[in-house]
Amino acid sequence: MVNKAKQIQSRLERILPGVQKPGRYTGGELNQVVKDWHSVQTTTALVFPDIYDLGMSNLGLAILYDLINQRSDALAERAFSPWPDMEAALRQAGLPLYSLETRHPLAEFDIIGFSLPYETLYTNTLNILDLADVPVFSAERTAEHPLVIAGGHSTFNPEPMHPFIDAFVIGEGEEVIQEIIDVHQEWKTTHGSRSELLHAMSQIWGIYVPSLYQAHYHQDGTFSHLEKRIDEAPLPITKRILAKLPPPTTNLIVPSIDTVHNRVPVEIMRGCTRGCRFCHAGMITRPVRERPVEEIIQAIHQALARTGFEEIGLLSLSSSDYTHVLELINKVSQEFEGRHLSVSLPSLRIESFSVELMDALKDTRRSGFTLAPEAATERMRKIINKPVSTQQLLDTARAIYERGWTNLKLYFMIGHPSETLEDVQAIADLCKAVLAEGRKMVGKKAQVTAGVSTFVPKPHTPFQWVPCDTIEQIEAKQDLLMKELRGRNLKLKWNSPEDTMLEAWLSRGDRRLAQVVYQAWKRGAKFDAWNEHFRYDLWLEAFAAAGLAPEFYTHRERPIDETFPWEHISTTLRKKFLTEDYLWSLQGRTRVDCRERCFACGILPTFADMRRRNPGEVWQCPEVKSKKIKVDDIYGEKPGFIRS
Amino acid sequence: MIREPQISLAIAHHELHKPDNKLDLFTKRSMRIQITFSKKGAMRFTGHLDLHRAWERTFRRAALPLAYSHGYNPRPKMNLASALPLGFTSQCEVIDVRLESELPLTAIQTALERSLPPGIEMIEISEIDLKDPPLQTQLAASEFVITFLDPFPELEARTQELLSADTLPRERRGKTYDLHPLIEELNPLADDGAGHQRLFVRLTALGGATGRPEEVLHAMQYDPLAAHVHRTQLVFSNQ
Repeated sequence: MVNKAKQIQSRLERILPGVQKPGRYTGGELNQVVKDWHSVQTTTALVFPDIYDLGMSNLGLAILYDLINQRSDALAERAFSPWPDMEAALRQAGLPLYSLETRHPLAEFDIIGFSLPYETLYTNTLNILDLADVPVFSAERTAEHPLVIAGGHSTFNPEPMHPFIDAFVIGEGEEVIQEIIDVHQEWKTTHGSRSELLHAMSQIWGIYVPSLYQAHYHQDGTFSHLEKRIDEAPLPITKRILAKLPPPTTNLIVPSIDTVHNRVPVEIMRGCTRGCRFCHAGMITRPVRERPVEEIIQAIHQALARTGFEEIGLLSLSSSDYTHVLELINKVSQEFEGRHLSVSLPSLRIESFSVELMDALKDTRRSGFTLAPEAATERMRKIINKPVSTQQLLDTARAIYERGWTNLKLYFMIGHPSETLEDVQAIADLCKAVLAEGRKMVGKKAQVTAGVSTFVPKPHTPFQWVPCDTIEQIEAKQDLLMKELRGRNLKLKWNSPEDTMLEAWLSRGDRRLAQVVYQAWKRGAKFDAWNEHFRYDLWLEAFAAAGLAPEFYTHRERPIDETFPWEHISTTLRKKFLTEDYLWSLQGRTRVDCRERCFACGILPTFADMRRRNPGEVWQCPEVKSKKIKVDDIYGEKPGFIRS
Repeated sequence: MIREPQISLAIAHHELHKPDNKLDLFTKRSMRIQITFSKKGAMRFTGHLDLHRAWERTFRRAALPLAYSHGYNPRPKMNLASALPLGFTSQCEVIDVRLESELPLTAIQTALERSLPPGIEMIEISEIDLKDPPLQTQLAASEFVITFLDPFPELEARTQELLSADTLPRERRGKTYDLHPLIEELNPLADDGAGHQRLFVRLTALGGATGRPEEVLHAMQYDPLAAHVHRTQLVFSNQ
């Protein structure tokens, strides 16, 4: 084994000088952890299936890397997708993909863990397995192969990847990763079979082993139900959550080359109480849990001393909603003043308070301020449950320009349910109105950048029933925007409709879509998230080869009583809640922030005990005092697809 | 009568935490240091700008008071004497750094040594005069040792050819230039102990007239990717 690593190292000496950005493939950065392989029982390769520059900016991976390496009996190393030039060089030299820390081939690890935050990483995942000489199909792996696991937001609908991944981690990884390693160690001592390992894994809360289930479909192609292959397989598979967030990770690797987010990331809060109906993250990361201000400040001090980063990112889905946000910002600006530190505070609400917050950060670089109205008419904002008035947006914009920012970035989405061209026209009109406010304040320097992406209906959200716009519809809307949003101070950014299609197919796909993923990869699809690599034609060929119709997954309005192929994955949000919210949206009815009133989405009944043990501000859900919580509230509507 | 002391108090309190404030000029002296360091291991694939940032972060970890430029986008006041091409290693890189207050050199050295990233080692540290000209303007030549990873039986012959040529016309970024006058010294060395042949080269390094080791290898018809280049010395005009 050691020889193999040495052999890889010596071949790399010749390969690296000839590829772009060789620093992606060397490891050896400050704070990387290198352990002796003989000193541990479990070796884990953590993989982000895109290039180093992106993967090193993924907070989930950094957290797991630190947690695993804190164990004396386990180690974690990293691997990323090689850029095509490096892939060609590796294949030509007959070298497998290796870990950055010790140059071990990935196939020699006990566990390979993929981070899958979004769907366009699927073909890269297959490509990495192939580069690692690990069979891409789970069924072809033996006890000699690594256990291949995957987690991240996209795995809340794991089905399009079901034959390639041995076990999915549904939900938060901090605790479950420890149990996975424990179970793996136990299994290793018994010299058991692969199916024994998978069986044992399936018994961990939050783990979904797809090979233990079989999917059935109706004649019209819609999903019927999922059948257990063994009695002990859990159904549904409930997502994993932490009762309380642990202190933030401060053992961060400092890349020696530039990366996308080259900074200290600190998650101040997890979850969101806003209930925007299009938002996947807002639905699957409930309940809201906040970190105490002191813990955050402490973590920043520690991380800065260890890394020397010149930027910190205070991360959450909605920064303004963090209970003590003003106190936090004041503390940060006091304690770190004069240290030439830039602080980013993304996801601010559209209100003048947000401007005060940014102002308090005293960042001298007032280049851009970002707001996300998502829709431009009040009708549409009610449908998506983001009720901000146009007046409120204009007032906020004025305050932003007034305080010295010159470029306002506005994020919108086209393709919301029931959207018309008038609603799209309103986006253009609103951008112009905002620019007019800017002109009043800062004159010709005022700029508006409109980032208009296309809405993709996501599983587990109130919009999981709605059809996605067709390419023609999207193009008509984009044409309108391109015609309207012109001029030196008005910029428009958009996604290609083909990218949207890929995301839409995979988001609400079923098990049969795995064949499409495989066929696309076989035809050369990879780096689908990159414009210069994405090949729409290959995906259409793959659909044809698999005998499936792409429209079935995207443009069909799904009946309200349809059973979805991802329903066995439980976010604990009741389908009744999602259905009601969808129907409300059709009537233009909104819900207030659930900090103000609980809508019984399903989180609290499921995790009542956890909430009772963690009272007060730790969670933003109402307190649970009584021990009597009706179990019926949790699974009141016994899902029809559960047939054991 | 009441307002004045209030204002000055406010400034004093506020500005104490702002090390880059002009008031500091009266209370503290700034300082300029020069560090010679080696660049090896994985760090050899860290480019010029990223190396700059690696040093900035080293000073920040060491909690040393780096001086920053003023204005819209403050940058630390530090300069590398000469960009080292990606992939080369070195034992003689030099960086010039401004600190905004004066500290004992030994304290700086200890703090930095604790904070350096893997692949960078400090060889020498000294204080230099604030008014010394920038290092880049003083550079005259660079010396390299090239290790050939593949057997290169023609090494001696090609060396002689290069030295005795009248001109060595080469093209770089669409411009032709003569490499010959930039080669100040060229002679094969004993092998590296692992059976690899080696070559010493000293190349002119003046603004607009900088010789490149990979160009020398091209001129010798040897693939630069199959060689390892190590910078051994920077020659400054004041030395």
